[in-house]
Order: sequence, then structure tokens, then C-alpha cells
Amino acid sequence: MFSPYKFEIESLNAWFGSKHVLKNINMKIKEKAVTAVIGPSGCGKTTFIRCLNRMHEIVPGAKVSGRVLFNGMDIYNEDVDPVQIRRKMGMVFQKPNPFPMMSIYDNAAAGLKLNGIRDKEKLDSVVERSLKLAILWDEVKDDLNKSGASLSGGQQQRLCIARALAVEPEVMLMDEPCSALDPIATAKIETLIRMLAEDYTVVIVTHNMQQAARVSDFTAFLYLGELIEFGSTKEIFENPRSELTEKYITGEFG
Amino acid sequence: MASYKMRKIKDRFMRILVWLALLMALIPLFSILGEVVLKGASSINLNFLTQPTPTVGEAGGGVANAMQGTLLAVGLASLIGVPIGLMSGIFLSEYSETKLSPAVRFFNDVLNGFPSIVIGIFGYTIIVLSIGFSVIAAAFALAIIMIPIVTRTTEEALKLVPATVREAAIALGVPRWKTIVSVVFSGAKKGIATGILLSLARIAGESAPVLVTMGYWRWWFAGLDKPVANLALNIYIFAISPFENWQALAWGSALVLVTLILGTSVIVRIFTREKY
Amino acid sequence: MKSSRKPPVFIHNLNVKVHKIFKKPLTGDYAFKLLAATFASIIFLILGLMIYELIKGSQLSLQRFGIEFLIGTKWDPAISQVFGVLPLILGTLVTSAIALLIGVPISLCIGLALSEYAPKRFGFAISFLVELLAAVPSVIYGLWGIFTLIPFLRNNVYAYLQGILGFIPLFSGPIYGGGVLTGGIILAIMIIPTVSAVSRDVFSAVPNTQREAMISLGATKWETAKNVISYARSGVIGAIILGLGRAVGETMAITMVIGNKFQLLPSSLFDAWYTMSAIIANEFTEATYGLYVSALIEVGLVLFFVALIINVLARLVVWRSLKLVRGIARE
Repeated sequence: MFSPYKFEIESLNAWFGSKHVLKNINMKIKEKAVTAVIGPSGCGKTTFIRCLNRMHEIVPGAKVSGRVLFNGMDIYNEDVDPVQIRRKMGMVFQKPNPFPMMSIYDNAAAGLKLNGIRDKEKLDSVVERSLKLAILWDEVKDDLNKSGASLSGGQQQRLCIARALAVEPEVMLMDEPCSALDPIATAKIETLIRMLAEDYTVVIVTHNMQQAARVSDFTAFLYLGELIEFGSTKEIFENPRSELTEKYITGEFG
Repeated sequence: MASYKMRKIKDRFMRILVWLALLMALIPLFSILGEVVLKGASSINLNFLTQPTPTVGEAGGGVANAMQGTLLAVGLASLIGVPIGLMSGIFLSEYSETKLSPAVRFFNDVLNGFPSIVIGIFGYTIIVLSIGFSVIAAAFALAIIMIPIVTRTTEEALKLVPATVREAAIALGVPRWKTIVSVVFSGAKKGIATGILLSLARIAGESAPVLVTMGYWRWWFAGLDKPVANLALNIYIFAISPFENWQALAWGSALVLVTLILGTSVIVRIFTREKY
Repeated sequence: MKSSRKPPVFIHNLNVKVHKIFKKPLTGDYAFKLLAATFASIIFLILGLMIYELIKGSQLSLQRFGIEFLIGTKWDPAISQVFGVLPLILGTLVTSAIALLIGVPISLCIGLALSEYAPKRFGFAISFLVELLAAVPSVIYGLWGIFTLIPFLRNNVYAYLQGILGFIPLFSGPIYGGGVLTGGIILAIMIIPTVSAVSRDVFSAVPNTQREAMISLGATKWETAKNVISYARSGVIGAIILGLGRAVGETMAITMVIGNKFQLLPSSLFDAWYTMSAIIANEFTEATYGLYVSALIEVGLVLFFVALIINVLARLVVWRSLKLVRGIARE
């Protein structure tokens, strides 16, 4: 059965201890498109994206209910191994977090190496491919043995994207990937996101509305843990249905 | 305010007092180092480094057997102490959400402050009473002294690895245990090595637990179920002896031990400082 | 997309199934966690076994003397084979008290110097030197005590002290060099690193707003520092208790300088005395029969409980204080 949706999220709830941070989210995320999640800070958008690859649960006291169908299969089903799920999804974090003790090469190859792949030729080709995909190859190809920490912030973030791409995921989850970067580095990452959307399903959390408008095909607006509005980016920005959304995107609050 | 002048004077006075107190605390340190180097250096020669302990009244002799024994006891102790300390440190840092970890941390701290002579007696009742005074018993007691130090420093080193690094690995689909072993652990290697080194230095200088688990031994290594000689214990035995050549040996041993222990501290400090 | 309607009101007790997390049996993760927990639990085994073994080892003495052991004032292994440790307990307490009297004010000053007065870089160097003081093995303090400290105190300090204060019985009597006061002094030197490091930590944890508030009121540096001390006082108490723990358990150095003389009370601060740890170090390898060894192990048992109480108390106080101070700082 073919479904155009990569994720189908059904009555998703999430808690931190007794704090209810996501309330009954229903949403379908289209394949090979960029979906942006926007909302004021504390609205649950980071929690939302972390529920998609079961990262939410690694925090003590975290709870989840509801269903998240990935390729039609519920990732919260009892016999699903979260580790397997995470391998199919790359994740990029707010701050660039290359592994500090590893070289650029080892960072890009980390996912494969940690999963037991030792074949040098395969690693070489994957590292090159993913660094190219992350538009970093030309800048680092002569310094592959340097520490990942020696790169600039924007380069580090692209290295993290390359690291995520190296495990050949189907989805890229990006949690405010540009929040720690300057405008030039941000522009590069945005270009990269558009390019990635040709082959990958991208979900990006951002507090920057212009960024959502620039890079995404669909936009979801979260407020206090509830999904207020979800639709095509054009629609949301030009013709929001909810008053709250309109107020938010016109900058009246948040 | 008429008292402003008084307040000023008091302030000045206290400032001087604070620095004076610091100076007073450092005088013993410099005195100890000075004496040990001065008196120790004159007894160090080739014989000192290659000969075993002399018998009473015999001239010359050295501490080679004691260096061998200390290395052996410390080495054996670390075989027990390092794995336990490492794993406990990993547990405290990586599984701090469990109910067990506050209790583990608390009792580790408690054990850390424990008199080493009591730990020595424990080694006596549990091992000496069954196999006799032996290097095994001493290593056991020293290992127990080591465990809380290694645990603590491992925990702290692991906690310095940012949470985002763990998340990155987990998001790559790496199981948690593998994340800990290959990513987090390698990020904390230096700090952990530092902690182990410091704990080795500490137990190399312990004499009280060695005294009650091995006693004094003036020969070479003769088997794991026999005692071995020990530098720190030798210092005690030699220092309270009335023989001048033994007292000289005590100072020489002290120099060796101090070089070993303070050298470790200094190296460790230089290394850890590089990081920041 | 029907998002224009009001968002659904969420009812808390809605019958939702919350996903069980980490339920998977015996995966690599579970096994590793179990392994780490097992290793970490060895600490309980050690402490439990230690109590058990010490009690078992003291059995002979416990049965023979009962409470008499604690209040007895006679230690006679040679003839009557009677063992009582009250003088040892007193010796331990008095030398530790002297150590605190001398060591604590100095340590607090060092703590203040490091947290309030010293520039960062310089403070770093001093901290390191103080740490070195902690790294020197006990036996080397003893060696230095015998050959440097004792002659120095005998020739340059005690005679003057007696000259000035000799009318007080505490400072009268013959001067050997070693003895109660010397023991207290060497213990003081040895607890300084512990007490000053902990007090530096608790002082540093005091939020800067406290200092700024004082300074804005026109307070001098010392008045500000006093406020810092009072703010961190429970942590200071913890630091002192930790120092006490170290002094009580200290063995080799004190054994080498206190003179090791079993008597209920010394005639003066210059007289020799004995402590619990010293008698173990001194007599353990020479104890020739079961009851004697058992009595020495029971001394260890007493020391165990004293150390346990002191350490538990200190940790609780320091933990609570750091939590308290940092908790307020976070607000």
C-alpha cells in the first residue's frame, strides 16, 4: 500500500514527569518535503521532533502515549527497537555537537563504525558522499584527520549533518539547526535543506519564522503543547485560519 | 560614621591575616619537600637502588626489594580496584536516574573518608586469617581504598562530556551502552586516566593498612601468599629504629616515594590544565 | 486541514496507554546497565562485610569485656590480659580537638583567600600547593615530625610557651618534644588541605549577588567575606566535621610523634599519650594471643563507628548546604 505520508501521528501526548508537554497531536508528514514546526519557546516543538525518533524517552521521567506511524508502522509498538528506528532517521541538534575526540573523517564515519562497519573502502566512499551531500567536502577534503572541533560553527553543523546522512536515513530531523550560527552559515544550511528535500523527508524545528517560510513546504504551528494549525507553508503564512497563528506570524507575541 | 576608620583598619588587618594563614600552611609543605630532598638525596646511590634491605647492624643495603614490593602491591590492587571503580563511575554518571545511584554515591563518599587502618583490619580479618600475612591481603585493602577515588573521578570525568554528544550518538541509532563505551568514554579518557593515576599514587603512600595486612618484610618477593617489602612501611620501620643507616634509608625511601607521588600530582595537573 | 476549529480540549484521565519505556528484556543495554549496577553495588557489600567482619573479629573481646571495654582504663596485655580503651578514646578526641583548634581557623582563611581574595590564576597555583599537602603520605609527615618538627618545637617553641604559660598545669612538666600538643599540631597540618578545599568550594558556591549586595551597602572586603562565611556556615560545619574525620582516623603520623604511652590523662600538653589508631599500628603485629588481637580489632570496630558517624554526618551537612546554596543561587 503506498502512502504519500512518511509519518502519520495520531493522538500523540508527551510528558516530562507530571508536566504535559504535548497534547493530542494529530498530523501527517509528507514524504520528500520539508515540514517546519514553529511556535514560541516552550511550546513543545523540540519534544515533538524528539518523539519522532524516540529520543524523548531517554530523559528520565519522560512518557509518551499515542501512535507515530513511520512508513505505516507504529514506532511505539511494543516490539519495535528504538535503536533500529533511530538508524533510519538522522538528527541534527541545536548546537553543533561533533564528537570531540574524533577527526572529521571519524565523525562522518561514526554512525557506520559504531554500528560495526569496518570496511575501509566502504567507509571512505560513504564519508566522501555524505560530506559532499552536506556541501562540506570541498572545505575539508585535505584536512580529514583534523579534529572535528577545529572547524567553524557552521562547518561543524554541516559535519553533524554529514554524520547523520552517512547512515543513509530516510528522514532528517533538525532541531533548530541554525540557532547557534551566524547569517552566512545559516544561509548555507538552508540551501542544503532545500537540496536534501529532493531525496529525504525533512522535519525542521525553528523559532525563526522567516526561515520556516524560506525552506519549508508545510508548516505546523504549536502553542502550549497543542497543534493550532497545520497546512502548506504558503497557506499558513498568507492566509492563516486561526487567529492565534496570525498573531504569532505577524509577531504580536512569541 | 566615626567607625569608618576602624572598619578600614580591621579590613586591612584581616587581609594580612588571611595571607599569613596561607603562608603558615605552606611552610610545612616546603619544609617537608626541602628536608626530604636534602636528606634523601645523600642516601641515594647505586646500592640504594639495587640492593635489598640490610639486616640490623649491616652497613649499606637499599630499597630495591621495597620498590619491587610496592609496585607489586599497587599493581595487584589496581587489578581489583580499577574495574570496580570504573564501572561504578560509569553507573553514577550514566545511570544517575536510578534509585540506586544516590545511595552508591553517598556510601562511596563515606568510604572515601574512612581511616585506612580500619580498612587494613578488614583485610586482616577477611584474608590474613585464612591465608596469612601476604601481598594478596595488602592488595585487597589497598584496592578498597582505591575504589571510591576511581569511582569519583570517573564519574566527574564522564559528566564533563556534554549531553549533546551522547544524544548525537543515540540519534545515530547507536545503543546506549555502545554510546557510553565508545563515544562518552573516549571523550573522558584523559580525566579517567588522571583519576586512576592519582589513586595509584595515594595507595603507593599508604602504610597503615600495609602494616596490618603484611607487616615488615625485608626480602624479595617470595610468592603471592607471602608478604613483600613496602616503601611506605619501610619508612615507618626505619624512622623509629635507632640505627643511623636505617634512618638514612628512611629518608631515601621518602625521596623516592615523594618523587613518585608528587610527580604524579604535578604531571596530572599539567595535563588536566591543558584541557581548559 | 480543519485546524480552524477550536483545538481539542485534552482530558487528563483520558484512557490513554502510556508507553512502557526500557521494557525490553536482556538487550545489550539492559545487560550493560545491570553490569554497571552490579559493580556499583559492591560498595554496599564492602561496607556490610566490613561491619560483619569487624564484629566477628572482636567476638572474643566483646564477650569477655562487654561495655567494660569502652569505659575501662587499663590496657594490660602482658599480665592480667585486661583491655579497656577509654584513655585511647580520650587521646583520639583531645588530639583531634587540638587539630581542629589550630587547623580550622587557618583553613577558613585559606578558603577565603582562594574564593574571595586571590586573583584566579594565582588562586589556581595556591590550590595546587594545598592539594600537594594532601598528597604527601602520612608516614612522611611522621618522618618529618620525628626529625624536623619535634626538634624545632622542643628547642624553639615549647620552652618559650612554658616560660609564658608555665603557671597553668597544662603547660607545665617536662618537655620531650613529642606528645599531645605535637600530635595535635601534626594532625592540624594534615587536615588543612581537606578543610580548606571544602570551605573554598562552599564559599565559591555563594552567589555573587550576595557579595554585590554587601559591596553596594558600602561594606569592606572583610565585611563582605564575613557575610559569605555566615551564608555558607552549614557548609563550613560540614568541612570541619570532615576534617575531624580525617584527624580521628589518621594513623602513622600520630603514632610516630605522640609518644605512645597508655595513661588515662597526660600530665600536660607536652606529655606522651596514645590514640586508638596508634595502638593498632603499634601493637597489631605483636599481638600474640587471640584475645589481644580481638581487643585490637575491637578498637578498630570503635574507630569504624566513630568514622562512620562523622563521615555520614559531614556528607549530609555538606550535601545539604551545597544544595541549599546552589538552589538559592539558581532562583
